[in-house]
Order: sequence, then structure tokens, then C-alpha cells
Amino acid sequence: MTAEPLPEHPDFLWRNPEPRSSYDVVIVGAGGHGLATAYYLAENHGITNVAVLEKGWLAGGNMARNTTIIRSNYLWDESAAIYEHALKLWERLPAELDYDFLFSQRGVLNLAHTLQDVREGVRRVGANRLNGVDAEWLEPEEVAKVCPILNVSPRTRYPVLGGTFQPRAGIAKHDHVAWALARRADALGVDLIQGCEVTGFLKDGDRVTGVETNRGRILAGRVGLAAAGHSGVLARLAGFRLPVQSHPLQALVSELHEPVHPTVVMSNHVHVYVSQAHKGELVMGAGVDAYNGYGQRGSFHVIEQQMAAAVELFPVFARAHVLRTWGGIVDVTPDASPVIGTTPVENLYVNCGWGTGGFKATPAAGWTFAHTIATGAPHPLNAPFALDRFTTGALIDEHGAAAVAH
Amino acid sequence: MLLITCPWCGPRDETEYHYGGQAHVPYPENPEDLSDAQWAEYVFYRDNPKGPFAERWLHGIGCRRWFNVLRDTVTYEVLAAYRLDEPRPELPPAGGDR
Ligand SMILES: Cc1cc2nc3c(=O)[nH]c(=O)nc-3n(C[C@H](O)[C@H](O)[C@H](O)COP(=O)(O)OP(=O)(O)OC[C@H]3O[C@@H](n4cnc5c(N)ncnc54)[C@H](O)[C@@H]3O)c2cc1C
Ligand SMILES: [Zn+2]
Repeated sequence: MTAEPLPEHPDFLWRNPEPRSSYDVVIVGAGGHGLATAYYLAENHGITNVAVLEKGWLAGGNMARNTTIIRSNYLWDESAAIYEHALKLWERLPAELDYDFLFSQRGVLNLAHTLQDVREGVRRVGANRLNGVDAEWLEPEEVAKVCPILNVSPRTRYPVLGGTFQPRAGIAKHDHVAWALARRADALGVDLIQGCEVTGFLKDGDRVTGVETNRGRILAGRVGLAAAGHSGVLARLAGFRLPVQSHPLQALVSELHEPVHPTVVMSNHVHVYVSQAHKGELVMGAGVDAYNGYGQRGSFHVIEQQMAAAVELFPVFARAHVLRTWGGIVDVTPDASPVIGTTPVENLYVNCGWGTGGFKATPAAGWTFAHTIATGAPHPLNAPFALDRFTTGALIDEHGAAAVAH
Repeated sequence: MLLITCPWCGPRDETEYHYGGQAHVPYPENPEDLSDAQWAEYVFYRDNPKGPFAERWLHGIGCRRWFNVLRDTVTYEVLAAYRLDEPRPELPPAGGDR
């Protein structure tokens, strides 16, 4: 394995226009999801009179903070369908956007450390295959072949009893993904407006007609929320509630190392996930902090636990140094599945609740959200992810099923 | 790491506690009268404020009792800790060095 060169920084980027007084569609939040939504509104639906409003800088939220793992090995049919649609879009996006964002299909291993993990993993492999998702069950010696630095000795505290492997899964350079989408959306006529915070909503009865921002009022035919951890705050401003709770989620990186780690390894049971970035940093994440928070930092004991788990699984990491830690704010739903669809406010649509796992969904979230906004009705892929599932009870309970424990 | 004061045991590290989500969510008085939407509210919808939030914590590794904490979800400052039979304390007005 050799380190791939990084793509050049784009020198064209995007315009930075002043906000106009009205648009057909206003998207709140220029993370990956907001940008993908704008791109597909223009590309798939011909709707280009669109603004994406971002309170900070473009893609500086969770888009810049995630550990970039892309996979589609979810248990339930609804999830497998939308995440696999995303993976198929990932596979064609670099060519379509004419931008190499280093989508690297190096595979994802989800380790099993208990008999119940083994059963859950084998079941998920079966479910994945029935849904056309590539998946294999690997015994410990096969796990060691895929990732030789992994300690599969039976004498560790939580021995590796096997793992699921999705060869088409992988990672991508998240900043470059955002820039690729932004550049193309901008070229299609979308206004990307940074430093523009939505502080309220203009309504005519139960219908939204625009947004209040720190840069003035902007009228809009339709408004789409793609604000990740701040979705609950925005919904409250718009006059309705969302079943989301915002939690800090942390990640960290080491200094640069020679390529040693050829795949992505995730472990629910000891709760760490690790890959090696293109440049050579070891990138690690763990679980969310238990409590609600908006502070974009997390608890040190979470890092301590994830490092203990990482060093036991990867003894060679013992001499690596933590270079940087940071946090993002993720919006978690009771069934660990997103909400994409209509809201109680007419012409106001929401894409939220992706929690700790929405980066992988970026293209499909944009695809289905753009469809919903353009047509006023969900796409078959996001129809099951409607807000009313909390009332009807048709939940998509991916907790413990999604191959990640949060 | 948060430093939380259990009303019975005093200040202890966050790792001694278990988080229990929003406080003051009473069980419905007449459950049989609730509509599906009201059940959804009770079961799945919780406040998610940016700022002071009343939440429940369990002192799992100590006295094993539940109590309430008023905490700022932006600064993570613990503003008050109080027993379940006590009302939510009034906060001093926002601003200043609170
Ligand atoms: C540490 C960490 C690790 C993660 N690892 C992974 C992973 O490996 N794989 C994976 O699939 N997912 C992962 N995720 C989750 C993933 O990052 C998110 O689900 C996804 O990024 C959410 O969509 P987004 O990109 O649009 O969100 P964001 O990039 O957060 O975009 C939302 C934007 O809305 C803006 N905004 C908020 N309020 C307002 C307002 N009032 N006005 C204007 N703008 C506003 C914010 O500033 C922000 O830029 C991780 C997240 C974190 C924090
Ligand atoms: Zn106590």
C-alpha cells in the first residue's frame, strides 16, 4: 500500500454572492447534506434559484469533523436501501463532479467480541446479501489477513471472535467532497452564502414564506432544513418539535505514520473505530457523550476508553501520539434513524437525525431531500423516514442493528 | 469531565453517574385518553434546548439514587442539583458571569 497524493486545492471554488431578497428554495445549513441537496435540486430537478445559508463557513460543521466512514451494511430494509443508494452514488460522484475526493473502497470490518456479536454479525451479513449489499463473515484468521496489525489473539480481554466485512465500504476526503459539491452547485447557479445565520421563520398561517437571518429577511417558496445538531433549535423557531437530542461526538487523530492500516475497523463492543487517513494519520472515533450538549467538545473519559480499546486491538498504536481531538454536535433520534420529509409547517421540509452516521449518506440524503422539496412528496427511499413514524409506531430501529453502538 | 454534586454524597466525577435525559416529564394522568400523537409526545419527544436544561442523573456508583440537575447545554456548567421532590430552582437572570 502506498500513500496516494492528495488532490490539488481547488482554485475556482465558488462565488460568494450577497443574498438576494427571494429564492424558490432556501436550504439552511451548508454541510454535506445541504450542499448535496442544492446540487441535486439543480441537477435532477432543474431548480437553480436556490440559496444555501450557512451560519459559519461552508462545511465547517459535522462535515469537517467526522471520521469519514462510508458503508451500507445496515440491518433493516429501509436503511439498507438508502445507504446502498448512497454508496452507489459515491461510486460515480468523483467522475460526475469531475473531482477526485479520494473515495477509497478499502473495506470496513465490524468486529465481534461476544457470542451475541457473532450472531448479530452473521444475521446482518445474511440481511445485507438479501438486500444486494456486499457482505462477508470472516473468522479471526481471515480478519487478521484483511488487517494484519489487528490483535486477534484469544488472550485479550475481549478477543476477536470474527467480523463482518463489506469490501465496497471505505472512506473519502470529507472537505474535498464538500468542495466538489459546492463548486458544481455554484456553477449551476446556486447561491452559497456563508456567515448567514437563520434566526427565525416568516410564516403565513401554517405556511413558511421565508427566513429571518442576521443579514436580513429572505423570502422563499420552500425551505429545507439541513442543520444536523441544530435541527431541534430551528424546528422550535419554526413552531414545531422534533424527536431529536443533540449530543457531542468526538474524534481524534495521531501524527502521520507510514501506511500500516489497510482498511477500516469498527468495534461496537469495545467501542472504537479506526482508519488511516490518506496522509497517514490514524483517525479514531468512539461513542457520543451521554448528556445533551452543544459545546462542540466532549468528555475526556470517552477518549480514555477509546484509546484503551484501540491499543488493545492494535498493539502497534501504543507508541502513537494523539495530535488533535475535537467534537461535533450530532442529532440523535429514538430509533437511531434519520428524519427526511415534510413537517407540520407547509413548504418547510426537514433532513435531520442522522446522528453519528450521516456522512456516508450525504449523496442519498441530498438526492431524496431534493426530490421531497422539488415535488412536495417523499421519494420511495425516504418515505419510510417520515416524522409520522413516531406516531404510527413504524420505527426503523437501527440501535444495535446498524453495526455501531450509538 | 463534569463535576456533579449528588444531593446526598456531594461532588463526584461524571463517570460515577448515569444520564437519564429530561427531568419533569410526568407519566400521563389519564393514559387511556391519549391520542397516538399524544403518546408519541410522551414517549419520543423531549426538549433539546440550547442553554439551561433540567435533566435526571443517577448516582450509579454511589448512593444509587436519582436526582435532578440544572445544566447549561452550551457551557456545560452545572447550575444546580436538587432532589426529585424539590421544585426546579429559579435561575439568576442570564448574563453576567453565570
Ligand atoms: C466526530 C464525528 C464523527 C463522525 N463520523 C462519521 C463517520 O465516520 N461516518 C458517517 O457516516 N458519519 C459520521 N459522522 C456524522 C456526520 O458527520 C453527520 O451525520 C453529517 O455530517 C450531518 O450532515 P451535514 O453534513 O449536513 O451536517 P453539518 O456539516 O453539521 O451541516 C449542518 C450545517 O448547518 C449549519 N447551521 C446550523 N444552524 C444554522 C442556522 N441557524 N443558520 C444557518 N446555518 C446553520 C451548521 O453551521 C452546519 O454547517 C460523524 C460526526 C462526528 C461529529
Ligand atoms: Zn449519591
